[in-house]
Amino acid sequence: MSDLTRLSAASLSKMISSRELSAVEVTTAHLDRIAAVEDRVHAFLHVDAEGALDAARRVDAGEITGPLAGVPIAVKDVVTTKGVPTTAASKILEGWKPPYDATIVERLKQAGMPILGKTNMDEFAMGSSTEYSAYGATNNPWDLGRIPGGSGGGSAAAIAAYEAPLAIGTDTGGSIRQPGAVTGTVGAKPTYGGTSRYGLIAFSSSLDTPGPCGRTVEDTALLHAVMAGHDPRDSTSINQPVPDVVAAARLGKNGDLSGVKLGVVKEFAGDGSEPGVLNSFKESLEALVKLGAEIVEVSCPHFEYALPAYYLIAPSEASSNLARFDGVRYGLRTGDDGSRSLEEVMSLTREAGFGPEVKRRIILGTYALSSGYYDAYYGQAQKVRTLITRDFQSAFEQVDVLVSPTTPFVAFPFGSRTSDPYQMYLADLFTIPTNLYGGPAISVPCGLSEGLPVGFQIMAPTMADDRMYRVAAALESAVGSFTPPEL
Amino acid sequence: MTYDEILTKYEPVIGLETHVELGTRTKMFCGCKTDFGAEPNTQVCPVCLALPGALPVANRAGIEATIRIGLALNCDIAEWCRMARKNYFYPDMPKNFQTSQYDEPLCTDGYVDVTVNGTEYRIGIERVHLEEDTGKTLHVGGATGRIHGATESLVDYNRAGIPLVEIVTKPVPGLGALAPEIAKAYVAELRDIVRSLGVSDVRMEQGSMRCDVNTSLNLPGEEWGTRTETKNVNSLRSVERAVRSEIIRQAAILDDGGKIFQETRHFQETTGDTRPGRSKETATDYRYFPEPDLVPIAPDPAWVASLRESLPEKPSVKRARLREDWGISEVDMQSVTNAGAVELIEETIAAGASPAGARKWWMGELARRANELDVDLAEVGATPAQVAALQKLVDAGKLNDKLARQVLEGVVAGEGDPADVMAARGLEVVNDTGALTKAVDDAIAANPEIAAKIRDGKVAAAGALVGAVMKTTRGQADAKAVRELLLERLGVS
Repeated sequence: MSDLTRLSAASLSKMISSRELSAVEVTTAHLDRIAAVEDRVHAFLHVDAEGALDAARRVDAGEITGPLAGVPIAVKDVVTTKGVPTTAASKILEGWKPPYDATIVERLKQAGMPILGKTNMDEFAMGSSTEYSAYGATNNPWDLGRIPGGSGGGSAAAIAAYEAPLAIGTDTGGSIRQPGAVTGTVGAKPTYGGTSRYGLIAFSSSLDTPGPCGRTVEDTALLHAVMAGHDPRDSTSINQPVPDVVAAARLGKNGDLSGVKLGVVKEFAGDGSEPGVLNSFKESLEALVKLGAEIVEVSCPHFEYALPAYYLIAPSEASSNLARFDGVRYGLRTGDDGSRSLEEVMSLTREAGFGPEVKRRIILGTYALSSGYYDAYYGQAQKVRTLITRDFQSAFEQVDVLVSPTTPFVAFPFGSRTSDPYQMYLADLFTIPTNLYGGPAISVPCGLSEGLPVGFQIMAPTMADDRMYRVAAALESAVGSFTPPEL
Repeated sequence: MTYDEILTKYEPVIGLETHVELGTRTKMFCGCKTDFGAEPNTQVCPVCLALPGALPVANRAGIEATIRIGLALNCDIAEWCRMARKNYFYPDMPKNFQTSQYDEPLCTDGYVDVTVNGTEYRIGIERVHLEEDTGKTLHVGGATGRIHGATESLVDYNRAGIPLVEIVTKPVPGLGALAPEIAKAYVAELRDIVRSLGVSDVRMEQGSMRCDVNTSLNLPGEEWGTRTETKNVNSLRSVERAVRSEIIRQAAILDDGGKIFQETRHFQETTGDTRPGRSKETATDYRYFPEPDLVPIAPDPAWVASLRESLPEKPSVKRARLREDWGISEVDMQSVTNAGAVELIEETIAAGASPAGARKWWMGELARRANELDVDLAEVGATPAQVAALQKLVDAGKLNDKLARQVLEGVVAGEGDPADVMAARGLEVVNDTGALTKAVDDAIAANPEIAAKIRDGKVAAAGALVGAVMKTTRGQADAKAVRELLLERLGVS
């Protein structure tokens, strides 16, 4: 039965709707797979077998139909699920059960998708390796001694290890795409505002974007279509029709990219990457040219300031977003023994509840917003953000999409980048500009470097998410997919 | 130094920051109700409790009310502005930041004209901005109900997220000894303007309008002095007292060669002076930045124009018009305004009472009663319709003044409409001629000597017999009617 876990979401969906398979069978197979491999992968923080099977039974009873009805899914632990623990991988929220579902979770449930559980991540989505999870790191199914990327390493690893066919991620600076790249899976960051943030525990409000993770481009597009769309509870949500990403992915599959102009970002196509990564990227470009695409070199001169700007904007917003974790209303409370003042209890709670990277960013953000420093840091970073947006806009006057490697290096060994935060931050060098601009981007597997997956990033203009799916599906059809060794 | 002596030496500069709680049906950033006095934590949701993942959505009615206040205060309305986060930790503030406005307020640069002692003063308005209220903390277990000594603190989040509008004046110099009175007149005018818009009940004693008063003193020709900010100023009278006491306190320090420190002080209702609060020098750095969870506010100019056109008559214009209609003096009109009786009297007249009659009840018996009960006149327990009905009973001769007061007492006590109270208490003027004739005849029979005098033409002696009749009818007879009947029975009319 474990073969079921190797099937694509598209195939599972067809077989469930034709009654070749029951949704309960499919969910059970994935729960069995989770039970079999979790001791080695540790992709999940919480498995909700009962909830998932209940949802599957409702599909089998014919209560819910739809494109992904009965196809199970894993949800990153930063997204609220009613009655199911949601911790954002932080001690400060240990045991917290939200009284409400995130909008995207509501949509999964309405679509009849059984939710297998909550996936591991860097605490509050701050990190690129899951090493900052308060509950231990996730191991990369390709090499259990290496990181699965972050922050959404749990979601990517769960898919790569066949524990789930699909997963929800969130991308603030690359947290969907970089884990996708280093686990050989597909991860898409939709247009900011294209997917609702209501129920996504905020890290950086102006950057956070929930998105789909899958093993194929088409699967990812199917999930994208289920979760996207306007939400009146998120005022930054865009009230426009969702681009038809599924049709675009199917169009791309036929392998014809005639007339499509790909812009290679000059600043991201050189020395910054490992040779193996660069090599796969160049081979992919050649493959795309063979499909009829035209390659244009494009300069985005302000992209080099994206990383420093991001590390001012994101921590600034985080310092404010994370202020609510004070032990007063929910989650951890430390030191409330009757002898301490409220301020002391708040302070002890935050000291005990937050991990080192979260504290580092809260302190950084608090400093950047301080009076006297605001203009030099936060204000300046916002100006850079505007310049990066203009780089994108002028690039998209010349080309249809921009391309680059997703991340400069393949999955690295645990502990190799934790001593120097900057080395860790470099993992998001190529993904961050998109978040600052607000457009969509996707990472699709494009090759192996020393036996480890390499990701190819495609960036599109805002609300043109369909374009990147088309190119990604074409590339996928040209280079094939990549299967990790048996666990 | 006396107050007047101080003002010959120093020049005060005042400034006022007023918070008005909007009367929107739902909170500013979520759909929770805003009913006053509900059970604690029954009007809350993930958004106003700041549960992880919850997001705000701005209430259009709150934005509209703010713009209307801005327009009524002659402000410019921003074409584009943003909300901002004001970051500080406080247990009754769920997010540990307040969603407010910082350097991009919705309304700027307006003014309010107020009249004191016949002279008009223009108070500049610096800004009008929109923000949200916090919850309320209750400290339990201590002797005083204050945080010190309390064993537990309970937080009620019902108020958290209710829209607040902050109205900040420009610094106002040059008012001299009248500064306290003008400050009070400004707040009263502001209250009337906001009330006329129907966007808040502006009740200072219930906290739906709260005032902070900034005061400084300087010697003539010198720079403005260091200002203090006085909080907890919760009535019109307190505004005046707070400014006055702060002028006196600061003058004493300056005269002693001392320095004024920039600080927050608290007005003491009982003593009428101010006491130090949190020092501004150690004040938090609020780390304001634009609220990324909300889209910018860009009011459509056509919408703003329509709001401007639909503004109600200005209270000052309306007062002038009513003063004319009612035929009363400026001083009388001012007391009507100060008593919060303008609309009540207006509605009473509309319900059929004469202007004099309507004003008499509201400014007399009912104002006295409201004062006793320490409530707003509107809350005293009588409606304009009831007062009008009462006055009609008087005009119809069914009640005399004394009886009408007793009926009103019953109305205020909740016994029903004037006619019901009159019937239930048996207070109607005795107009039954038979009963009255008998009472008159009895009085004549009991006082033959007086009756004889009257028959002899000493009509002035009738008073004694009228008094006797009034006594036997327990005041329920109409004295004038009694007199006429008496003279008739004695054959002298």
